Amino acid sequence: MIRKMDSSPIRLRNCSKTYGDGTIAVGPVDIEIAAGETVVILGPSGCGKTTTLRMMAGLEMPDPGGHVLFGADDVTRLPIEKRNVGMVFQSYALFPNLDVLENIAYGLRVRGIGLAERSARAREMMGMMRLEPFAERRIDQLSGGQKQRVALARALAIQPRALLLDEALTALDAKLRDTLRTEIDVLLRRLGITTVYVTHDQEEAMSLGDRIIVMDRGKIVQIGSPREIYHRPGCRFVAEFVGTMNRLPGEVRDGQFVTKSGRIPCRHLDPDCREVMFRPESVTIADPAECDLTGRVAATFFLGDRTRLVVDGIGDQPVIVESESAGEFVVDQIVHLKVRSAAVHAF
Amino acid sequence: MTSIAAVVERAPVSPGADPRARENVLLLLLITPAIVVFSAFWLLPIARLVALGASGEAGIETYLSVLTNGRYASSLLQTLALSGLVTLTTLAIAVISGLFLVRQDFFGRSALVAVMTLPLAFPGVVIGLMVIMLGGRQGIVGDVSVALFGVKTVFAYNMVGLFVGYVYFSIPRVILTVMAAAEKLDIQLEEAARSLGATPPMVFRDVILPGLQPALISSGAICFATSMGAFGTAFTLNAGASVLPMLIYTEFTLNANIAVAAALSVVLGLITWAVLALARSFAGSGVSAAG
Repeated sequence: MIRKMDSSPIRLRNCSKTYGDGTIAVGPVDIEIAAGETVVILGPSGCGKTTTLRMMAGLEMPDPGGHVLFGADDVTRLPIEKRNVGMVFQSYALFPNLDVLENIAYGLRVRGIGLAERSARAREMMGMMRLEPFAERRIDQLSGGQKQRVALARALAIQPRALLLDEALTALDAKLRDTLRTEIDVLLRRLGITTVYVTHDQEEAMSLGDRIIVMDRGKIVQIGSPREIYHRPGCRFVAEFVGTMNRLPGEVRDGQFVTKSGRIPCRHLDPDCREVMFRPESVTIADPAECDLTGRVAATFFLGDRTRLVVDGIGDQPVIVESESAGEFVVDQIVHLKVRSAAVHAF
Repeated sequence: MTSIAAVVERAPVSPGADPRARENVLLLLLITPAIVVFSAFWLLPIARLVALGASGEAGIETYLSVLTNGRYASSLLQTLALSGLVTLTTLAIAVISGLFLVRQDFFGRSALVAVMTLPLAFPGVVIGLMVIMLGGRQGIVGDVSVALFGVKTVFAYNMVGLFVGYVYFSIPRVILTVMAAAEKLDIQLEEAARSLGATPPMVFRDVILPGLQPALISSGAICFATSMGAFGTAFTLNAGASVLPMLIYTEFTLNANIAVAAALSVVLGLITWAVLALARSFAGSGVSAAG
């Protein structure tokens, strides 16, 4: 039933975007996306991720010198209506004067495909997105999740060369977002369509992307698989933006990082390093004899499979620890921590 | 001062009566001022006007004569055609320039909007004068056409003059409504349509026009009603009996044909009202379909 789509690789070459008032939204970026790959552009608001997506879509023209390539075609000068891309917006952007079926069939209608064929193809899309019962519904009679599925079906109905999603799940509540995310992920993989997904939600980026492009202030700061981004952040910004990171001030002495509450053996650190970072799950509760750091429990959160501890008295800020130990912790209890030295980052 | 509650207390309602009946009496009392005002300023004058229309020698058949008499009927048809054409032209101009003014940012934009809406305050007489200055016997267009072709073009005193004057009169009223609606249009809808392959004319047809539809229907209805009843401009341009309000004036003041004047007024009112009601119901269904 579901055919693989004939999708294109996307390449941005030296693409920058400067607005009329001189604001540089995106510095020169180079991005290569393979055919069928799902890439997430992740970053805080105002980092240029949406502008980058809009340059791929053809809604923004890159500054002179920039090129957008779909496979071998240079589409830089082509407006969006000639690029054959599917686009999904945060606000859904469904046509309020058309019903669900007409919305999904719209792209086929403007291509001059006859009523019978376009209805059949739209119904096929509705089947794929489990929307059959809603064919004649008006848009305002749908829930948020249904609207987003209609938007996705509408974008896919034209068999686009690439699918571009701009914060597509942000407007939904957390639980629905999880369900729909899984659904989209499975669907995109079955369709084998080149997908670019823009989000500020790092959890979404981790779960959807084959690769993640992290952007900050108009520049790409790191490109890598979700695991690379999480475990080997390339810079301080990525380390702090993705996941939770503990920061600890101190100094390097005799191959150890010395802080006011203990020392972490770290041979790989630069001698003039003044601060280290590590993830909550890189810390374990240890015996006093072999511990690196000692602190006092300020708060505990039971998360089911693990316990999150907020520990005071180690650095300037509390240290977050995620312990899988079954033991119970109480506030004001003294805990001894051991940090996995390979997981210590310094920038 | 007696409170309403006290009045209700003294109202002739037997003790132990249904509390609903008491409530109804209270509601009746509360609505009385509205009924009085409505009767005094709407019901009685209209009833008098309708009766006046049937008071002539021909009696109730005066109303029929409005439709059968060639002079009256042609004036009615001309007024309808003129108002319809004025409405369509005004809407077309207002949509194009309203969208342009909302979408484009250029030096002097707000000054231009202010200038365009200046004629809002002008009475029809002033508009008529301006049309005469433009297309009258001493008008600019006439001077230019003499210089260019040796022929004097005069259009101020016929239907063309009325058309120009009415459109000029209507544009500021319609353009403000269209601009307000255009500002609320969702740009992402247009981008979505374009991503699906819609060319700019298709985006206009499928997204922009449906989005503006409620505003176009309501401002178009007002434009139509104003054109149907416009008098000042027609009077200044000496339009004779070509439009209905002028015909009413002529029958009333010059021919002292009060019954016909009244009958014409009632018909003018009814037709305009019917068109407005139609537009409203159409807008209503349009809005619910769009909402």
